[in-house]
Amino acid sequence: MSAPLAIDVHNLVKRFGDKVAVNGVDIQMPYGQVWGFLGPNGSGKTTTIRMICGLLNTTEGEGTCLGYDIAKESREIKIRTGYMTQRFSFWGDLTIRENLEFVARLYQLPKMKAKVDETLENLGLGHRQHQVADALSGGWKQRLALAAVTMHKPELLLLDEPTAGVDPQARRDFWDEIHHLSTNGMTVLVSTHYMDEAERCDKIAYLSNGEMVTKGTVADIIDRSGLVTFTAEGDGIRELAVLLKKSSGVEHVAYFGSALHVSGMNREHLEAALQTSALDGVSWKEVRPSLEDSFIALMNSSGEDTRMHQ
Amino acid sequence: MILLASLRRVWAVWLKELIQMRRDRLTFGMMIGIPVIQLILFGYAINSDPKHLPTAIFVEEQTPIVRSILQGLENSGYYEIILQTSDPEEGQRLLASGKVAFVVTIPPGFTERLVRGDRPQILIEADASDPSASSNAISRARAIIAGALKRELTGTLSYLAPTREAYDLVVQAKYNPEGITYYNIVPGLLGIILTMTLVMITSIAMTRESEKGTMENLLAMPARPLEVMIGKISPYVMVGAVQTCVVLIAAKVLFRVPFEGEMWLLLVGVAVFVIANLALGFTFSTVAKTQMQAMQLTFFFFLPSMLLSGFMFPFRGMPEWAQNIGSVLPLTHFLRVVRGVMLKGSEFADVRDPIIAMGIFAIAVSILAMLRYRKTLD
Ligand SMILES: Nc1ncnc2c1ncn2[C@@H]1O[C@H](COP(=O)(O)OP(=O)(O)OP(=O)(O)O)[C@@H](O)[C@H]1O
Ligand SMILES: [Mg+2]
Repeated sequence: MSAPLAIDVHNLVKRFGDKVAVNGVDIQMPYGQVWGFLGPNGSGKTTTIRMICGLLNTTEGEGTCLGYDIAKESREIKIRTGYMTQRFSFWGDLTIRENLEFVARLYQLPKMKAKVDETLENLGLGHRQHQVADALSGGWKQRLALAAVTMHKPELLLLDEPTAGVDPQARRDFWDEIHHLSTNGMTVLVSTHYMDEAERCDKIAYLSNGEMVTKGTVADIIDRSGLVTFTAEGDGIRELAVLLKKSSGVEHVAYFGSALHVSGMNREHLEAALQTSALDGVSWKEVRPSLEDSFIALMNSSGEDTRMHQ
Repeated sequence: MILLASLRRVWAVWLKELIQMRRDRLTFGMMIGIPVIQLILFGYAINSDPKHLPTAIFVEEQTPIVRSILQGLENSGYYEIILQTSDPEEGQRLLASGKVAFVVTIPPGFTERLVRGDRPQILIEADASDPSASSNAISRARAIIAGALKRELTGTLSYLAPTREAYDLVVQAKYNPEGITYYNIVPGLLGIILTMTLVMITSIAMTRESEKGTMENLLAMPARPLEVMIGKISPYVMVGAVQTCVVLIAAKVLFRVPFEGEMWLLLVGVAVFVIANLALGFTFSTVAKTQMQAMQLTFFFFLPSMLLSGFMFPFRGMPEWAQNIGSVLPLTHFLRVVRGVMLKGSEFADVRDPIIAMGIFAIAVSILAMLRYRKTLD
């Protein structure tokens, strides 16, 4: 038998009335890893995470989380999991301290007071502990939420866009914390829209339109995308961008600072397109596609109807 | 061990709810404000002393004594004689149609029998469907008539005056078979206030969690439905206790409502009633999706409670279907307990059935709440 899996779900399907939110997702995630969960808005990330921790009944499919059946043993899962919701869901009319104390009491943590003090200390919120949580800025709310869902030392952390609206420095601290938790043995599944965050994950699962389109390491995904990317620099790249966007053979065109990334699925067609719209003073160079290039290509090829149905 | 762990989770939810309740100034104010406002409003209505109530007199003789009695009634200011008739039917017709509030009947030969010392009857029939209007006038009637006769029964007739009442005053309260007096209103008000505030507050307390998104967090934590329910409901038991104190003190100090029975028995009734209402509010919150819907459900329940419980209209006077609906409502049973204990001095055996009925309601509604409680976000 292979090593036990932290998350092992098969063919998860969730329908809301006629709307199919998740359509046959498989996840086999080993213990101790950090996985990134990516996909356009409305692709079903939140819905999948909710089914994994027993917050939503599945329409079809089954599986286990931390060895417990997601349909029947959700209580056992809840005790061992920390789930940080996409929308801030702690109590805005309770103070920061009261929120932490509430969590500590519900999970019956020993030495509750000391535990809360320590958490506040680590957060750097000691001096604000008696302010209501609603008084915190968006980024601070996220940090409070992460601290609160990890207080009971869960085996599995499910983080749903934990860094949305968080400044870069705090985002980096956030990820340092995630990796710190991971080295201490926690398994982490984190959904995000940020490429730099995706690149920090052991593996990435990409969801589109409720289906798992691809999964693997960053290198796997870039290789598998089959994308060819050129970068152009020099004067006149703006006119070039307008021209190239309309050419066939060009999958997408994106600015990277003063450079232009032009990607296509077929090398010959792409090169032909570049030739016809060549301009003086613009130099070309082939580069390895970035993760973002790959994702945008993925979105274009599989995600068009997703957006139309929103 | 398992029970202890469970109690600690209840305690966690309880504390959280208590803090939120205290911090929500508006709701907190409402919990105390509603009883006070209702008491003032109703108290004003009760204390108002309606005068010049239309009265019909059925009388066939016009002796000085009869004239003096009629004069006395009119001079008191309570009775305004709009008709004197010798047709016994006419007075009844006017009373039934609400054109007069009283029919005073002075039977034929009244004066003669009075003088003979036969204690003739004077009959006052009152439209008691509005007890707060008619009760003062009725309670004064004896003194008014006694005063009028005292002036007449002097000289040779003075031997009739001091001994005992020389006549027999009979009061018939019509359209109010249970003899509701305004005393009934204050104990009833306790039931109304508890129903309105407690059902509303608990139903909102839970839907607020769904509306603010905190429900997802609560569900993701390992609290069982029953633990959440008990933890969420119990802070409001204290609110019910405070409201009960306010109303009972007002009943005694402001309205001088008698308290015939035992306090502990009343409190048992109040406790069961409070729990029944809180459980119902919690059930509403498992049905309603928004706080607005929770409010609407509360009013949807509150209206029949007010109309069909016997608070507004005498219970036995309602058509059978209305009585059937009324028997399901906890307020109906609570009114029997509170009126029985406060006004009639009922014993436990007298109010056991209504208390059990409220208990069954509470248990049934709690089971429903547990079945409806969503352990998931579906
Ligand atoms: N309770 C619900 N009722 C009906 N439809 C729902 C419900 N929850 C989600 N959906 C639909 O399911 C689809 C997937 O939603 P989900 O929230 O899982 O997407 P997501 O990948 O988390 O998106 P985002 O990146 O914007 O957070 C969406 O189309 C959404 O409208
Ligand atoms: Mg989402």
